[in-house]
Amino acid sequence: MMNYARDRTEPPREPAPAVEARALTVVRGDRTVLRGLGFTVEPGRITGLLGPSGCGKSTLMRAVVGTQAKVTGTLDVLGHPAGHPALRPRVGYVTQAPSVYTDLTVRQNLDYFAAVLRPGRRHRDARGEAVTRAIDDVDLASHTDALAGTLSGGQRSRVSLAVALLGTPELLVLDEPTVGLDPVLRRDLWHLFHTLAAERGTTILVSSHVMDEAERCHRLLLMREGEILADDTPAALRARTGSDTVEAAFLHLVDEASATATRQEATR
Amino acid sequence: MNTTGPHTLSPARTTATAARVLRQLRHDPRTIALLLVVPVLMITLLRYVFDGSPQTFDSIGASLLGIFPLITMFLVTSIATLRERTSGTLERLLAMPLGKGDLIAGYALAFGAVAVAQSVLATALSVWVLGLDVTGSPWLLLLVALLDALLGTALGLFVSAFAASEFQAVQFMPAVIFPQLLLCGLFTPRDQMAPVLERISDVLPMSYAVDGMNQVLHHTGVTTDFVRDVLVVAGSALLVLCLGAATLRRRTA
Repeated sequence: MMNYARDRTEPPREPAPAVEARALTVVRGDRTVLRGLGFTVEPGRITGLLGPSGCGKSTLMRAVVGTQAKVTGTLDVLGHPAGHPALRPRVGYVTQAPSVYTDLTVRQNLDYFAAVLRPGRRHRDARGEAVTRAIDDVDLASHTDALAGTLSGGQRSRVSLAVALLGTPELLVLDEPTVGLDPVLRRDLWHLFHTLAAERGTTILVSSHVMDEAERCHRLLLMREGEILADDTPAALRARTGSDTVEAAFLHLVDEASATATRQEATR
Repeated sequence: MNTTGPHTLSPARTTATAARVLRQLRHDPRTIALLLVVPVLMITLLRYVFDGSPQTFDSIGASLLGIFPLITMFLVTSIATLRERTSGTLERLLAMPLGKGDLIAGYALAFGAVAVAQSVLATALSVWVLGLDVTGSPWLLLLVALLDALLGTALGLFVSAFAASEFQAVQFMPAVIFPQLLLCGLFTPRDQMAPVLERISDVLPMSYAVDGMNQVLHHTGVTTDFVRDVLVVAGSALLVLCLGAATLRRRTA
């Protein structure tokens, strides 16, 4: 309603963010994994979520997808609260470990997930096309009839990615999709991500702990110990910290943060 | 149009799930062979163990025809759903527009079909080759066997929520099935047990599964006891399936 009123009275300004978080906190067991995060993810862009292992990247992604329990604060995804049933066909999610059926072939895996997304005989042709396109997207056309269990780790994670591409999701959440892939495949996948964002308008939230991948993102969220250290473009981050690489910028910010923490500790 | 709510059953998604489960099974011919052949071998073995007393074979054989599908479907389902939970595919499916009911009904449909094949083979062999003397219709035997299979599927699905590994899942078999096996009237008529045990056996679904088989064995028509047995087994299966659905969480810690 509010958007509608604003559109009428004012010229369109920035499009609504694809993801908007305010005071986002997640508790797992007795540990606070995310501590009051606030950030936005721009639509149609690639946002990189970077930080060391265990800093809360996966938990944040699970919260966005709506599979994480004990989430407090505000987290809106494509105009709905995260996890809203209406989001299920609109958000694609790839977990760190490939989640596919190892005892089915690549095509059988995709056929099933496609049938979950668009059930019914009338969509059979459309499903067939979606499956073929997804297989081509991840460059597995030569392995369609191979059992997922017999594929290499990198190939299997591409099957998992293909599943997420099936429904042409508006938001793709990718948890470390390039881990264990060779440089050529990594380059090809990043090329695919840019194509998806540019041609299909897909919003991509991608995590990585490999800092050189940060340069390929439009925007970065740098995380450490459940907090966001920085939220900026790679170029702005490098300029602000006077560093040559995002990696150096990240280390600079980490040092700065721990220096502040020590100072606070000392004055207490 | 396609966005069915989470609580409504979508027949197309249910059959797609059942087809997927059967397709997985098809890539595992050894499991299929074991599922189909082992009951046949056991019932044949039983026939010759009781070579001298055909009446004993009749009563134990009929009971076993009901117990086999329950045990095998319990094992198959608990392992299959445990795999689904640990491989991340369950999380993925629940983040998609798939109802929990679709998933559970899909499993029940797929393993129900396997149970029908298993029971048809074992029942046909028992009645026509091994000379199992059934007074009632073999179709009623088959009906009870199918309901037993669904009960096994339901129990397996429920129990898989409490197993963190395949080792634990397999250990639930003796824990959940053996007490029922001892108390169901297979070894001793239930009214000859200690009164406490008889009372306990009154609330265990397998007692009714075995009693249902024996009703068909001894009576030509459908008795009221048979109807009660069938309703109790079906009701228990449905109840446990609902409990199983409650263990499928879209959000996990």
